[in-house]
Amino acid sequence: MATSLELAQQLKAKFGDLISEPAEFRGELTVTIADAQRIGEVAAFCKAELGFDYLVDASGVDNYGEDPRWSLAYELFSTTKNVYLRLKTHVSEEKGELPTVSNVWRTADWHEREVYDMMGVRFIGHPDLRRILMWEGYPYHPLRKDFPLAGKPTELPEVAFSKTTPMEGGPFVTVSGGKDSAAREPRIRIPED
Amino acid sequence: MTQNAELGYNTKVEGEVVHTRVDAAINWFRKNSIWPMPMGLACCAIELMASGASRFDISRFGAEVMRFSPRQSDVMIVSGTVTYKMALSVKRIYDQMASPKWVIAMGACASTGGMFRSYATLQGVDNIVPVDFYVAGCPPRPEALLDALLKLQEKVSKEPVISVWKKAS
Repeated sequence: MATSLELAQQLKAKFGDLISEPAEFRGELTVTIADAQRIGEVAAFCKAELGFDYLVDASGVDNYGEDPRWSLAYELFSTTKNVYLRLKTHVSEEKGELPTVSNVWRTADWHEREVYDMMGVRFIGHPDLRRILMWEGYPYHPLRKDFPLAGKPTELPEVAFSKTTPMEGGPFVTVSGGKDSAAREPRIRIPED
Repeated sequence: MTQNAELGYNTKVEGEVVHTRVDAAINWFRKNSIWPMPMGLACCAIELMASGASRFDISRFGAEVMRFSPRQSDVMIVSGTVTYKMALSVKRIYDQMASPKWVIAMGACASTGGMFRSYATLQGVDNIVPVDFYVAGCPPRPEALLDALLKLQEKVSKEPVISVWKKAS
């Protein structure tokens, strides 16, 4: 039975410099794909040759203030070999798009729609790239780091509206590692502090 | 055996005739069969279901007939987080309910937005529909909902009926 390290090395042997050295963190392996535009062929190889038949999750990260701004992570699992592998790739803010993997794993359809809805990263070749959580016509991508926690007012007649949420001095945030429950309970913490 | 006048009415006493006011009679009919429109949007709906089940038994108060059609329901129980995406649907269903109609905001989210102070959540369903009773809790226990229902019955029993009809016609 192949371990995820062996499978990651097979992936690197096939694609060479496109794939980074497998990085291990807490027993989980991550490989980074240097060119996001080639995610399609890597994904197809992972499924067809390495047996990663299950895409557990696909998600986006906003590294606001850094370049490239967007990180995409694909959590793969093989139901036959019982191993996990994480693919990561980066997309710059100017580019803002990468090929879909929904033609490899059908479940990526909704995951990519969520990334598009929340982050605004577009997926080339996606069969149905509409918003999935917010309504059609909502003008923002609310999980971007430069989107305020309280939201922004919008108005789409007959469809939906939104208002800015009163924060009442908040946001109220917990911090980990407090000595007792009084130190751990949510307090007003302004992000600039 | 003595009889309790509150619980059983002896029809023989006044020759099988009951005297009352029309308002009182109509309100008595109304308050004992308030059919809910279960607007179950989140975990509070689970407690709403528990209220309907045998242990808490909302049918003791005549409100067991959950109507999934707004045309047939009297009170909308908004149980759960109202998102902006759902808000106008909630409003539309409220508008489709026939008068007289009432609204119970069940739980912290429906009342104020609760812990969801975010871009996605309406901060209280009273932003879009008039709320008669707010039930505290996250989620409230079924007893708390039943308490709101009893308070609603009290409110209904005091509402004018005939004078409203006259004004309307």
